[in-house]
Parts: sequence; C-alpha cells; structure tokens
Amino acid sequence: MMIDPISIFLVLLGAATPILFAALGELVAERAGVLNLGVEGMMITGALAGFAAAYGTGNPFLGFLVAAIAGAAISLLFAALTQVFLGNQVASGLALTLFGLGLAAMLGKPFEGVRAPVMPAGPLRINWIVWLGLVMVPALWWFLNRTRRGLILRAVGENHEAAHALGYNVRLTRLAAIAFGGAMAGVGGAFISIATVLQWTEGMTAGAGWIALAIVVFSNWTAPGVLAGAWLFGGVTVLQLRLQAAGVAVPVQLLSMAPYLATIIVLVAISARQKYSRRAGTGAPGSLGTNFHALR
Amino acid sequence: MIALIPRTTPAPQWQLATPLLAVLATMLTGGLLFAIMGYDPVAAIRTIFWDPLFGPASGYSRPQLLVKAAPLILIASGLAIGFRAGIWNIGAEGQYIIGAITGAAVALAFYPLEAWWLFPLMVAAGMAGGWAWGMIPAMLRNWFGASEILVSLMLVYVAQRIAAWMAFGPMRNPQGMGFPGSRNLQQYPSAANPELIAGTGAHWGVVAAAVAVLGTWVLMSRHIRGFHIRAAGTAPRAARFAGVRPAVLVAFCLGLSGALAGAAGLFEVAGPAGQITDRIGVGYGFTAIIVAFLGRLHPVGILLAGLLLALTYIGGELAQLTMGLPAATVQVFQGMLLFFLLGFDLLTRFQIRRRVRA
Repeated sequence: MMIDPISIFLVLLGAATPILFAALGELVAERAGVLNLGVEGMMITGALAGFAAAYGTGNPFLGFLVAAIAGAAISLLFAALTQVFLGNQVASGLALTLFGLGLAAMLGKPFEGVRAPVMPAGPLRINWIVWLGLVMVPALWWFLNRTRRGLILRAVGENHEAAHALGYNVRLTRLAAIAFGGAMAGVGGAFISIATVLQWTEGMTAGAGWIALAIVVFSNWTAPGVLAGAWLFGGVTVLQLRLQAAGVAVPVQLLSMAPYLATIIVLVAISARQKYSRRAGTGAPGSLGTNFHALR
Repeated sequence: MIALIPRTTPAPQWQLATPLLAVLATMLTGGLLFAIMGYDPVAAIRTIFWDPLFGPASGYSRPQLLVKAAPLILIASGLAIGFRAGIWNIGAEGQYIIGAITGAAVALAFYPLEAWWLFPLMVAAGMAGGWAWGMIPAMLRNWFGASEILVSLMLVYVAQRIAAWMAFGPMRNPQGMGFPGSRNLQQYPSAANPELIAGTGAHWGVVAAAVAVLGTWVLMSRHIRGFHIRAAGTAPRAARFAGVRPAVLVAFCLGLSGALAGAAGLFEVAGPAGQITDRIGVGYGFTAIIVAFLGRLHPVGILLAGLLLALTYIGGELAQLTMGLPAATVQVFQGMLLFFLLGFDLLTRFQIRRRVRA
C-alpha cells in the first residue's frame, strides 16, 4: 500500500473536526469564565438531533443546523443552573453530561440501524463542515482579540467583579458564551454521526467531549492552540487506526487506548510547563469556574 | 424584583428539604416526559418508585435493592470525602473496573485452589488496584498540576479497554469455548461473593458499604483529617495557613475513593457479575457521583440516596419489562435528579427576599 500523505492528512482533518468544534466552543465559554464539563453531553445531544434531522429530511446540512440548535438548547440547562441558580459549575457540568448521555440514548432507540444521507463533498474533496471548522479558528481568534465584544467577553472571564463594575452584563455575556459552546459541541457531535460513522449508536462520542476539554488546557486558552491540539489528537487517532489496519502485533483494545493516553500525556506536559514556567501563571482566565453574584 | 441574599452558613432545614424537593420535581417532570412519549405517567412512576418495594413482584426485586445500592454507597462514600475538599475524582468508574480486574486476577491466579484466605486476598487486591488507579491522577496533579478531573476521566476509557483486552486475551476462560470473558467466579467457591443471608441480596459488598458509611462518618466528624478536609474545601487559603498540606489531601482523597471503588468492583465481579467481561463497567462510578450529591456529601445521606438510586435502577428494569420503557430512562431520571438538586440548592445558600426599591 502506498502511503499517500495527502490522503492521510484528509483523514486527520476529519478525525480532528468533532474535537475542534467542541474545543473551540468550550474555549469561548472558558474565556468568559465558565467551566462547562457538559461538553460530552452536548456533543451526544447534537450527534442524535443532527442525525435524526438529517435522516428525516434527507439533508445533512439541515442536520448540522438542528444539531447546533439542540446543543445550544441543552446547554441552557447548564446556563440556568450556574447563572440563575448559582450552582457549582463542576457539578452542573457533570449533571449535563450524565443527563445528555441518558436522554440521547433514550430518544435515539428508533434511529438505530438506519444510515444517514451521504454528504456532498466540498471544495478539494474536503467536507464542508471541515472547512467551516477551519474557518472558525481565525474567526474566533479575531473575535476574541480584535473586537469590542471579544474584549468584553474576556474581561468578564478575567475578572467578573471588575467587568460588572464597568457596567457590562456578566450574566448575559456568560449565557451567550455557554449557548455558543453548546452549538459548537452540537455540530462537533453531529460530525461524528452524520459525516464519519453515518449512523447513530448509543454513546458514540466515546469521550470526545472530555478530550475537547483537555485540548482547551493544551491550547493555553487560544484558538490556534485549539487547532494544534485537535490535529495532534486527530493524528494519534489516525495513526492508531492505521496500525490496527496493518495488523500490528498489539491487541486492538490496547491500540484504541492511544487517544486517551495521548491526551493524558499532553495534559501533563502542558500543565507541567504552565506550573514550572518562568513566566508566572497560565492563560487560564482569572474567574474560570467561579460564579458571579451581584449584590447590587 | 427578587433579591438573593447569601447566607453565611447553609440553612440546615433546606439541606434536608432540597433532596426531597428534587425527587418530587423529578417524578413530576419524569411523568410529563412519559406522557409526551405516550406512556401512562402515573403507571410509569408507580412502576419505578413503588412496585419494586411493594408491588406484586417485590419478593424478587426487594433483595436487588441491596445488591444495586451497595456499590453505589461504597463508591459515593469515598467520592464525597474528596468533593468536600474540592478534589474532583470523576473517574471512579475506571477505579471500579481496575479493582474488579486486579481482584479477579488473584482468584484466577490461584484457580482451582480452595483456601479460606483467598477471598480476603482478593478484596485487598481489588482495593489496591482501585487505589493505584486513583493515585495516577493524584500524583499527576501533585507533581505537574494536571487536572484530576480530566486525567481520572480519561483513565475510565483506558480502564474499559484494559477490561476488554483482559476478557478477550489474558483472562479469557480456557474452557470457555472461545467466548470472551473470564472464568465465572460464582462457580469457584473460595473466590465467590455469595448472598450471605438467603433472600436479602446481602453479600460482602453490602457489609463493606455499611462499614464505609460508618468509617467515613467517623473520619469526617471525629478525626483531625476530616477537619482538614472540610477546612480545605471551605477556605483553602486559611487551611494552608493552619498547616493542611494540599498534596497530602489530594493523595489521601483520591487514594481512598479509588480503594473503595476498587472494592466495589471486586465485590461485583466475584458476586452479581461473576466474570470479567468487556462490559464489567455498568456506570456505577458515574451514578455514585449523583448519590454523593443527593446525599449532601454526608454518610447517612449517601446511604439513603444510594438506596433511592438503586430503586430507580430496579424500577427502571421493571418498567422496561412491563411497560416497554427504553432502558436509558433510568439514566435520564438520574440526570434530572441531579439537575433539580443543584437548582434547588439555591435555597440552602441564599435567602430569597423581595427587593425594595431604594
């Protein structure tokens, strides 16, 4: 078999896309100061809703739209818990993941065993959604670093007290960031069911949401860093699949651990660099994971 | 307008009332969900919450209550201690799987030897396996500052694949005619974890769960380490000045919760499950997180919450059997329960007042 670098790169792009979307969405939420551990739950919701819509209408693009709406909708449960009821963000995010996994499994039963409509290939034989993901990287970088709204969002994430004192609406900003994160996670999940696997199976996101969370740490909370992290993860996934296909003398189950082990190793390496680097501190937003309650 | 005034200490009456409110709200919303799906909501709720205890088939389902509750209580007791200190072990599911594997490995290594010390040794091995798996995120956090949430979670997926590898590879039953899965420990008397009192469902895991409830209660309310844990959770800076070493707490909490989850895994593989398969992890580690929160991170609360969540498992199975409800309904119920609890928790931490215009 000839090893064609271009075709490998195309496979890598596809493998990286679900994580890229989810991680970009989580990046925006975290830059607004919200740690949403519900990514996995939002992804699986998007995977199911998108698949159902694509199957029902025969239009994959409509599927992605519905997936974004569904992801945003379910993220509002988390938003209500943390922004209105001031619940603990870690626990609320976990609740969203557990609930989303259950809900998708329950509602997904009728969609087992059917195939999604085939997507038309985009420019250069690359899926349209892959292109969209690649465009989102500079777009979000520009939004966060070069626009007024991006500045406000970062201010809210960096120091919510100060942002509030300046008259910015902390709660509304965070609500919008959470909903955006949900929509992105929904699209990421739908990419797995509509564009990669072409069918619905229970628990099909298989930890991709958690890997996305790790990639945000890896990226040091920057959009280009997220792209690098998603490609690294995509590379490990593709490599692992190639080794499986080549029949390497390592059990399949052990090879399939590779993406998770790679995530741990990368997370450790990045955390260590952030912990021991000469320049104190990390790119983590100052108010990350803490709730804001305005007394006045 | 409504104003929220933070309370200096959580309101004790609401701490007791909010779990009950959450259960009630879950039943109402669940009923609504069933109605939308075209099921009779009253019958569904009764099947899940009443019939397993008092219905016609309760003779079979009541013993199952202890079987399902034991691992939940065992795991949640450990998790709650860490949660109190702000140490988030989300990977109990992985520690449970590894405990099952290491415990079963001891049994399989000595097969077919019959000896009284084999089962205690298996318990020790199960706990050691869970402990070791829990120490990985603890050490990575202490040495490198890696998030224990993400590392412990990634290790769940790794553990699942180790279990699959074991079931298809090294631990496969040589007399299993090529089917995946280890020897059945239930058929190996010295290694089996049988029902201790006929008709109750109580096995050694139930005894261990009771000991865990007592032990964690003593630890949290009577021991200096429990005080350190509570201090670290409420005021980390102050705790550090008081001589609490965070690294020690991280290792202690993740190690302890890992050991308890590992024990739960061993009791399950030697008892109800019987063998190592690629499906040995059934989600107890995740449901235990809900148990810990619903139980207010308090040992007695966890005991009650564990029994309640066990009830939803059994009732869910019953509703699946008699009404054709999808199996995942239970998971949805459990998720909703946690949602409502976290929402109602507002009442324990804030006073609600009408805002007076100045």
